[in-house]
Amino acid sequence: MTEMLTRPVATEARTGLVEILDGRTWSRVCPLEELTPGRGVAVLSESGQQVAVFRDRSGGLYAVDNLDPFSGAYVLSRGIVGSRDGAPTVASPMYKHVFDLRDGRCLDEERTPDGRPAVLRVWSVRIVQEGDR
Amino acid sequence: MTTRPEAAQSLKDLVLVGHGMVGQRFLEAFVEQPGAAGWRITVLAEEPRAAYDRVHLTSWFSGASAEELSLTPTGFLAEHGIDLRLADPATAVDRAAHTVTCASGAVLRYDALVLATGSYPFVPPVPGHDAAGCHVYRTIEDLERIRDGAETPGTRVGVVVGGGLLGLEAAGALTALGLETHVVEFAPRLMAIQVDEGGGRLLQRKIEALGVNVHTGAGTQSVLTGADGRVRAMGLSDGRELPADLVVFSAGVRPRDQLARECGLPVGERGGVVVDERCRTRDPHVYAIGECAMAVDGRVYGLVAPGYAMAETAARSLADDGDDVDGGNGLGEEHHFTGADTSTKLKLLGVDVASFGDAHGATEGAVDVLYSDSRAGIYKKLVIGADGRLLGGVLVGDTESYGLLRPLAIGGKPLQTAPEQLVLPSGLVPVAGPIALPDEAVVCSCHNVSKGEIRAAVHDRGCTTVPEVKKCTKAGTGCGSCVKLLGTIVAEELEAGGVTVDRSLCEHFGQTRAELYEIVRVAGIGGFSELLDRYGRGGEGCDVCKPAVASILASLAGGHVLDGEQSALQDTNDHFLANLQRNGSYSVVPRIPGGEITPEGLITIGEIARDHGLYTKITGGQRIDLFGASVDQLPQIWRRLVDAGFESGHAYGKSLRTVKSCVGETWCRYGVQDSVGLAIELELRYRGLRSPHKLKAAVSGCARECAEAQGKDFGVIATSAGWNLYVGGNGGMTPRHADLLAADLDKETLLRTIDRFLMFYIRTADRLERTSVWLDRIEGGLEHVRQVVLEDSLGICAELDALMARHVDAYEDEWAAVLADPDRLRRFTSFVNAPGTPDPAVTFVPERGQIRPARPDEDGRILTPALVAGPRLEVRTA
Repeated sequence: MTEMLTRPVATEARTGLVEILDGRTWSRVCPLEELTPGRGVAVLSESGQQVAVFRDRSGGLYAVDNLDPFSGAYVLSRGIVGSRDGAPTVASPMYKHVFDLRDGRCLDEERTPDGRPAVLRVWSVRIVQEGDR
Repeated sequence: MTTRPEAAQSLKDLVLVGHGMVGQRFLEAFVEQPGAAGWRITVLAEEPRAAYDRVHLTSWFSGASAEELSLTPTGFLAEHGIDLRLADPATAVDRAAHTVTCASGAVLRYDALVLATGSYPFVPPVPGHDAAGCHVYRTIEDLERIRDGAETPGTRVGVVVGGGLLGLEAAGALTALGLETHVVEFAPRLMAIQVDEGGGRLLQRKIEALGVNVHTGAGTQSVLTGADGRVRAMGLSDGRELPADLVVFSAGVRPRDQLARECGLPVGERGGVVVDERCRTRDPHVYAIGECAMAVDGRVYGLVAPGYAMAETAARSLADDGDDVDGGNGLGEEHHFTGADTSTKLKLLGVDVASFGDAHGATEGAVDVLYSDSRAGIYKKLVIGADGRLLGGVLVGDTESYGLLRPLAIGGKPLQTAPEQLVLPSGLVPVAGPIALPDEAVVCSCHNVSKGEIRAAVHDRGCTTVPEVKKCTKAGTGCGSCVKLLGTIVAEELEAGGVTVDRSLCEHFGQTRAELYEIVRVAGIGGFSELLDRYGRGGEGCDVCKPAVASILASLAGGHVLDGEQSALQDTNDHFLANLQRNGSYSVVPRIPGGEITPEGLITIGEIARDHGLYTKITGGQRIDLFGASVDQLPQIWRRLVDAGFESGHAYGKSLRTVKSCVGETWCRYGVQDSVGLAIELELRYRGLRSPHKLKAAVSGCARECAEAQGKDFGVIATSAGWNLYVGGNGGMTPRHADLLAADLDKETLLRTIDRFLMFYIRTADRLERTSVWLDRIEGGLEHVRQVVLEDSLGICAELDALMARHVDAYEDEWAAVLADPDRLRRFTSFVNAPGTPDPAVTFVPERGQIRPARPDEDGRILTPALVAGPRLEVRTA
């Protein structure tokens, strides 16, 4: 059975193929077991956008933009996954800004240096089991 | 006659003349007053730019831009509807008509007028004072002219007239511009207002040691010019002629009170608009603040702190009685300006100087307590009253105790400690804590915040940290010299209130790093999850605790940093075993122990850099940094480096970086030991050692100290009898000279002592605490560390030795291990779903024959090995 989940996924699944929703089509990320709990990977979406996909230690899956709006570098996938007051987070490896992985909001500053809201786009993630495709 | 629009007639008009530091502070204070919204504010500025930090003007020469010096927060003027008119100074005031005329011809009506016109540099009216090549030192434009003058070909010698605070600043600037610099001071000593004879003598010696020529007791008779009308020399009062190509006058300032004089307002005998304790002039509609005003104590204050105090007073006063200029008296006396403390602490040409209270012992019956060490370059004098109270003092060379002493002197309570304890070098006697300070003692003189107010912020307003207290009271947000004292007061207050200071590592662990280290060590914890489950507060962990725990596990348990659960804990640098740079690319630093490298090694590194199109730079640690690699390139680059015999330099880790060395006795005429040999041995011994922060080291082959070992976490200096070991040194933002831990050690003892020092540091330091901070923080300081590592006072040396022995045995090159393991190699890919595709966002442009990251507005190109190297990539060197 396919777990058709939008938004962040909390799953008991141990295997399967992780995908993100790129507009209307699902793009392949990688097999679930290749995601190290507590870390992220960078994905190039079908439309050429950079997405950071994370798995936390309790099994949650999250996908947000890979672009760190504070540094302008595509590095968020290389940040450390954590939690703050119960919210799953990633800390940018560049200047350590922390983002809520559920809604993409920066928890340290509301705006980026150029005045735009410091919010990352959140991408939908799902796990597809063998034979469901 | 008014140029104002008809709308908003109900608003009252406030005109501020002058937009300097004090003017800006007035605006900030005024807009916070309850009635401020009822005023429309116009500011007339003479200079072409908004208020900037004149106190730190000299930093413009060391690269601070005009923008960085700006004191006007972005959006401040717009937010408060303030109309700032730059380069349009006021030229006349008509008090009867309540108008100000500006240089542009505009005429503004006012309900209240605030004069903050500051002062102008005093130029002695000697012949030739206005010749080409003569300058003053007050505005950014003045500095631009001085720089242009200094850079004119043929300009070799600069003379500064005036050996006061500003004169020495100017001398520093001229020296930095490469001129032979002379200071001519009329008084018998430098900084005659602030320091006494002894302090002045030491100051002069220190400044002369920096290459500045000082002529005290010498007046300026004339400025002599050449045929071209330019400065050629200075004629001094003692008949000497001092050759000069450029002259800077900084012989004091005079209040700019011309506007006030011309409209009939009284001014002091030596200048300065006369104001009352509310900073009002004789005309209740006109205020004067800062350097243009003469306070009720008859003084004109030339320092910024009193100016700020006047700005606050005027702002409150105006908001308070603006409705009824003749009557209002709601302004509490505590806000009156009746005079100010002129204590100063500054760093001039790198020399610390401070003076506070009655520095010259003018009070009747005052006596001196003096400590002077010419060898160490320290002079400290305290002035003690007949009743035992501290009245003031002078500190040169070491101003560490200023933050404590000044409030004691201004507070006026009898001393609770013997005065000699306050001047003797720390270590000889216990230093009195700030607990001894009376509540009324002013801790922050920039914002006039007393110790009592800081205590109240802690116990009444719930502040528990220094940043909170700063926000709440403004203390520590001016010059910052009191922040250290602030921290101690906050900590003491919290402790006194029974509040335990929260030293938790983060929200996931209630322990400090040192406590976690002990838990991992004693309980034999093998992983992060286990530690968090058994001893933490739950949750996922975070970017603070994960790398800290990873470091502890690496120090105690060993193993590869990318193994198992540990791999998820590492910072990105440790995760990719490379250093993240600003555009998301990485840099690579192979280890070059002791900075010694063969020509073959250099060629190999050069070839690899060339083939991969990397930018190369020599580091401060005597190795070579290769920039611009993508994560995909890292294994390819390291394959070639490892094949050529290089290994990881751990530039990415909180671990040993380099052991820098001078060339030593092998080649150097002065060397007494083989410093390179020892540096290599030390670097190989401690390579890969994970610690609370990075570790830097150096070995110098003789006392000339060319390797700068005293600026390192551990440094070794050769003596004819062995090696001297220094610890706790630091460069960077907070430089600290290292302390001598042990002298004349043989090599075996040296290694053992360093082993123990490092392991004791790793065991007890906080997260990201360098040895310099650690050494100052831990109870007992250097002496305690000495007892632990040399006398085994804690009985842990056997354990420390064993840990280091295990580290040395278990070392393996992290990169070689990664290359041998397909599992570990897999992460080195830009996109997990498109291996081999380079990151399209990482682009470069050429600069000076190499690459550099493209800026957002530049059209850079993606750098792939194929693009740069072509077929050469396939050629393997080994």
